[in-house]
Amino acid sequence: MKNNTALLKRIRENRLFWPLIALALILVTDAIFVPGFFKIGILDGHLYGNMIDVLNNSAPLMLVAIGMTLVIATGGVDLSVGAVIAISAAMGAVLINPALGNKLISNEILTKDATNTPLVLIVLADLAAGTLCGLWNGFLVSRGKIQPMVATLILMVAGRGIAQLITNGQIMTIYYTPYFFFGNGFIFGLPVSIYIVALVFLFAWILVRKTSIGLFIETVGINAKSAYYSGISEKNIKLFVYTFCGFCAAIAGLILSSYVHSADGNNNGLNYEMDAILAVVIGGTLMSGGRFSLLSSVVGALIIWTFTITMYTFGVPANALLAGRAVLVLVVILLYSDYTQNFLNKFTDRKKVRHDATN
Amino acid sequence: MTDTNDLILTVKDISKTFPGVNALEHVDFSLKRGEIHALVGENGAGKSTLIKILTGVEYPDTGSIELDGKIMEVKSPQHAQEIGISTVYQEVNLCTNISVAENIMLGHEPRRFGGIDWKRLNAFANLALQRLSVDIDVTQPLGNYSVAIQQMVAIARSLEIASAKILILDEPTSSLDVAEANRLFSLMQKLKGEGIGIIFITHFLDQVYQISDRITVLRNGKLVGTFITASLPRMELIAKMLGRSITDLDEMSKAKFSREQKESKKYSLEARGLGRSGSLEPFDLQLHASEVVGIAGLLGSGRTEMANLIFGIDTPDTGTLTLNDRQVEHFSPLESLKNGIALCPEDRKAEGIVGDLTIRENIILALQARYGWFKFLSTQKQYEIAAKYIQILGISTPSPDQLVKNLSGGNQQKVILARWLATNPQVLILDEPTKGIDVGAKAEIQKLMLDLAEEGKSCVFISSELEEVLRTSHRIIVLRDRKKAAEYPGDVDDHTIIQTMAGNL
Repeated sequence: MKNNTALLKRIRENRLFWPLIALALILVTDAIFVPGFFKIGILDGHLYGNMIDVLNNSAPLMLVAIGMTLVIATGGVDLSVGAVIAISAAMGAVLINPALGNKLISNEILTKDATNTPLVLIVLADLAAGTLCGLWNGFLVSRGKIQPMVATLILMVAGRGIAQLITNGQIMTIYYTPYFFFGNGFIFGLPVSIYIVALVFLFAWILVRKTSIGLFIETVGINAKSAYYSGISEKNIKLFVYTFCGFCAAIAGLILSSYVHSADGNNNGLNYEMDAILAVVIGGTLMSGGRFSLLSSVVGALIIWTFTITMYTFGVPANALLAGRAVLVLVVILLYSDYTQNFLNKFTDRKKVRHDATN
Repeated sequence: MTDTNDLILTVKDISKTFPGVNALEHVDFSLKRGEIHALVGENGAGKSTLIKILTGVEYPDTGSIELDGKIMEVKSPQHAQEIGISTVYQEVNLCTNISVAENIMLGHEPRRFGGIDWKRLNAFANLALQRLSVDIDVTQPLGNYSVAIQQMVAIARSLEIASAKILILDEPTSSLDVAEANRLFSLMQKLKGEGIGIIFITHFLDQVYQISDRITVLRNGKLVGTFITASLPRMELIAKMLGRSITDLDEMSKAKFSREQKESKKYSLEARGLGRSGSLEPFDLQLHASEVVGIAGLLGSGRTEMANLIFGIDTPDTGTLTLNDRQVEHFSPLESLKNGIALCPEDRKAEGIVGDLTIRENIILALQARYGWFKFLSTQKQYEIAAKYIQILGISTPSPDQLVKNLSGGNQQKVILARWLATNPQVLILDEPTKGIDVGAKAEIQKLMLDLAEEGKSCVFISSELEEVLRTSHRIIVLRDRKKAAEYPGDVDDHTIIQTMAGNL
């Protein structure tokens, strides 16, 4: 019995425990109230169904959450990811535009399914733009010693303006089919975006767990002064995490613009910074920094989108969706609060004492 | 037998278990009215746990607490205060930027027309301090006063807001000088005269004998016994605390002088005119291999500043630092680490431990920092290193995966030491490595230092306990007013050093 409670406690203290419980709760609700929620069919040789939608929709958020996790683990925050998504999307759309470099622009040219720029170059330019944005944030925070929230607020505000400058103030529609592959394509029946997430996740995981970067990130987040005394370069760690976060946001921008076939400086990646922070918090990483789990944040992103799709299938109108999300946030915060945790601790402890007493 | 009516607090058969550790096992404790009761023991003996249980921070697994003859369950620190148990901690937890009076009355301010009645507030605060014979301007910010005064203000606050019957003083004297400590003691005597029971926790045995009526000794979570101070010889007390004899200490002093000092002209580290304005005036320092150099000086004399300059925490603005004939060009902790200099910093909590990381991660941190981002020590290698130093330094823990914040102060200090030893430094600077840790661990750290010197390393040992510096150092540098005042050979007498520190020589 004693071992049992110890095991229970260990499971409960695992970072993945609460996120998985929350996800399971939502899925159980779906299983009971939404017949056919889990039904997966095959259409045109690939899978379709609610669960596939959840995966495909949550892919960009998962990517941003991965980057955001590292930033938050150092005790910072990146508010500019939504704007970076817009910049990355705009970059792609402009480079794809077949009218690029043409003096004579006609509607026929604009809507042609073709481009003058190689696809590889478009993707690289997308990623470079986002990474550069991240680098800028990193410099402000690590070298400029500006508070992360303020430093990234600059790009959050300016970023959407930059995106509009890139697209010349237009909402640009993309007609180039190969580009749609990232957001709408399927490989072996599963959305391409999921493979991208898996790749980035693997890359990030290797980066933080198979090098010392993860340990240094956590150290900086827990006690920056001790890190400094131990010879860890806090500046370089911070520069790295913001740059990486920008890189992740850029990939998210690529997928999103590919998914919606357009680049819109005002609406691409809108509110993604808040959703990403929420995903990280649901994943159990503290806003004050320190220990983090990439996988938990990814599950956090999954929870947000499972919840959203569930609300849709329940027929909740889009304008009431945010209220629903507010409830989700509230429940999560209450679950993680010291009060609840203490209550649960006492509950298991008391059970143990009572058991010992009966022995 | 004591008259039971005289007892204000009786703790019976308290046990508390943390994962993997029996923090307290069947401990009894009692406190009389108007008694100063010293609670002593090594780190990890269970003193803190007992205090936490008395103040409602932790709940006991078994046992009872009886206050004024009534069985009580202390539910929370607030509840403890309400029932008359007040605690003043080592680190004063008051706000230094608001006035003394506000600190004392915080949360209990007298009101007038919906606002704060400042006149009455200051008057109340004055009264509270007068009761303790402390005469200061209560309208000044608390930060303007010394730590000793701040501590007294903390005591005044605990007496004022809670009308305490029991006052727990947790290491109140660890950052006080002798005069300040004496002042605190006369205050304790006064409170004792008023019938308040005082539990006094300290590592300074002198003070135990100076002030306490009875002593309770804990060891490894078990009660060793409660003794009348006057009838317990000091050697016996130490033996009870350690559970073994302390001849080690005597042997150590002998070892230092019996060893042949290898005189060599070559310095492993040499500072010439190294200084930083506003921090420390230019000084010269030479370190030989196989040598322990002690730094003595009062608090604020520039000891830590000297360590920080050598290690590159602060960048010097004059002078040069040469290490093994190579001049140091860039001053930063990482550069020093690569050059084979290590600094075990003074403030263990703020500059040393990374509480939420495990012992293993804390130990390999500096070594990994030297290796950089991509030469990552394998998990297996990490465990090997951690196991090695846990064994060498005798860190008591159930596992290397224990979080460092769960360790006792002495063990945390050992983990930090291990972090630096793991980098295999040529020069090891130890800034107050024995602060706030028990006699046994102190002796171990001193011995370790001498062993390192034996292996050919140079140690710089900074301590405010002069006796320690004298016992372990081959040479002693005395600092005064942020300036190097003098340098003495290791067999200098303490009188000369004290005179130098005071500025009479």
